[in-house]
Amino acid sequence: MLQYIVRRLLSAVPVMFGLSIILFAFIHLLPGDPAATILGQHARPELVAAMRQRLGLDLPLWQQYVNYMGDLLRGDLGRSFVNNRPVLDDFLIRFPGTIELTVAAMIYAAGLGIPLGRFAARRPQSTGDAIVTVVSLLGISVPIFVLGLTLQYGFSVQLRWLPATGRIDPRLTIEQVTHFMLIDTLLAGRVDAFIDALRHLILPAIALGSIPLAIITRITRAAVLDVANEDYVRTARAKGLREQRVDGRHIMRNAWLPVVTVLGLQVGGLLAGAVITETVFAWSGVGKWVVEAIEAHDYFVVQSSILMFAFIFLIVNLIVDVGYAFLNPRIRYS
Amino acid sequence: MATTVQGVRPGVAIEERASRGLWRDALSRLRRNKPAIFGMICITIFVTVAILAPVLAPYDPNKGGLGPSFAPPSSEHLAGLDKLGRDELSRVVWGARISLFVGIVSVTVGLCIGGIVGALSGGIGGWVDTVLMRAVDVMLSIPGILLAIGIVAWLGQGLPQIMLAVAFTNAPIFARILRGSLLALREAEFVTVSRSIGSGSGRILLRHMLPNALTALIVAATLALATAVIDVAGLGFLGLGPPDPRTAEWGTMLTDSTEALRRAPHLIFAPGIAIIISAIGFNLLGDGLRESLDPRLKR
Repeated sequence: MLQYIVRRLLSAVPVMFGLSIILFAFIHLLPGDPAATILGQHARPELVAAMRQRLGLDLPLWQQYVNYMGDLLRGDLGRSFVNNRPVLDDFLIRFPGTIELTVAAMIYAAGLGIPLGRFAARRPQSTGDAIVTVVSLLGISVPIFVLGLTLQYGFSVQLRWLPATGRIDPRLTIEQVTHFMLIDTLLAGRVDAFIDALRHLILPAIALGSIPLAIITRITRAAVLDVANEDYVRTARAKGLREQRVDGRHIMRNAWLPVVTVLGLQVGGLLAGAVITETVFAWSGVGKWVVEAIEAHDYFVVQSSILMFAFIFLIVNLIVDVGYAFLNPRIRYS
Repeated sequence: MATTVQGVRPGVAIEERASRGLWRDALSRLRRNKPAIFGMICITIFVTVAILAPVLAPYDPNKGGLGPSFAPPSSEHLAGLDKLGRDELSRVVWGARISLFVGIVSVTVGLCIGGIVGALSGGIGGWVDTVLMRAVDVMLSIPGILLAIGIVAWLGQGLPQIMLAVAFTNAPIFARILRGSLLALREAEFVTVSRSIGSGSGRILLRHMLPNALTALIVAATLALATAVIDVAGLGFLGLGPPDPRTAEWGTMLTDSTEALRRAPHLIFAPGIAIIISAIGFNLLGDGLRESLDPRLKR
């Protein structure tokens, strides 16, 4: 098992390396001069030259790459052009918001998707199955921003049940310790604020979770149907086991594998979807930050956040692979 | 000489019959697939609207001041008016052109790039495969829309940039799929047979392996059209759409509607429904094609 983990870890190294080269190339080989962008269109040439020197853009390309990698390995992701704060600091403040949102979306998607998939698989071709299929089709066909805006209009503007934007009522002042709103409100001992934060979380989580919900439902349905036709399931029924036991012990145990894999694969999609969801719901997280950075041409923020996103995605994939190997002994020994 | 010709002819005949058989078979299965038919109807509506936009649109999409800003739907303006008093329905109709055009071009470009990479990787194997697949891993490690955002952010706003961005998010997926099918086909019996009668590796790849690997790629490309339409609108929604703000593009139109959610909810629904119909169409057709092109999935 350990050997497998080490092997998978090592295989992620060249990917990260390649990624750093691509992102580096993006900044340095494509048209557009960061120095000129920072100073604006009408800056004097000598100022631009001085800025290029300060940013190290006058060095040979290979040396720039070495410097960049060196900084990266020391955890220095550069500074924002806009507010001159270290990118990593800002990232760490905003990332908890994105985690909170993606975890909530995942709970919604898996919590609803797995039972829906099991329900649909129990009676294939029935009306219930057809409804579940249509819902999952809508899930992958309705873009997050359309669903998000519709939810905002329905539940915030018309029904006034839930807040449309933000992570918490701006009138509530909560000390930011962990930057996880749900945790910080509890740490402050404010139950009212916790409930308010939770209410703010519901609509964005549903919007973000819709695609994974559709995919998880589909995969669970397919996996359960697949296993339900196996010989050992028929044998279990034939020897007189109660349906509940056949379902739990014989079917679900084996159907979990593809479901767990697809759960892990959704994380990348959730991170990407967070960019749009956070923009729709004015949710302060990494996604909204990236969009704002693009609008402001804040190169290092964009470059570093994409790198961090990819890094997290690779780590999650690694965890999924290891989890998969843990669940499926056949993988481990191959 | 005569024997060679005779020797080749039956082989060609069999090949042609076999490939025609697959498609005819798939088509007849597709015609019985109700969801796929519904998908094709959605796509037909989408394509017809896009092509006939100048005829179908009741008003000039860029002519403002047709009535009060944010006027709700009426008999004159079925989908209402936007902030500048432009006819929302006409804008949605013209927007179909952009979505269809950008979707098709970006998926085609993605197919070309991904197809070449996948064919080289799966066809040649060895170190070529290792290098190319590591590159694909790198591309796939960046979440799709984020990669597209990055590309548009750096190349600047514009339709060609958007197409390239969406193409690049799709290309690694196509490469991976084609490589996978080619690898599986390498061990197929008909490939072994072809090799044993002395066919060269180029001929085997082009005549025997690629045509059989194409089915998976066609399915993926159809499904990718759905994602492309959504991604293009997503870029527009994030403010990275066509640089001319007057352009009728579904995602950009939705961004404008967010400002007036309270006053003019009709501005979400018209472009929203347009995106959903086209995405549903390509998703259903893709699923239908997958089921009908793969005889093993026959119910």
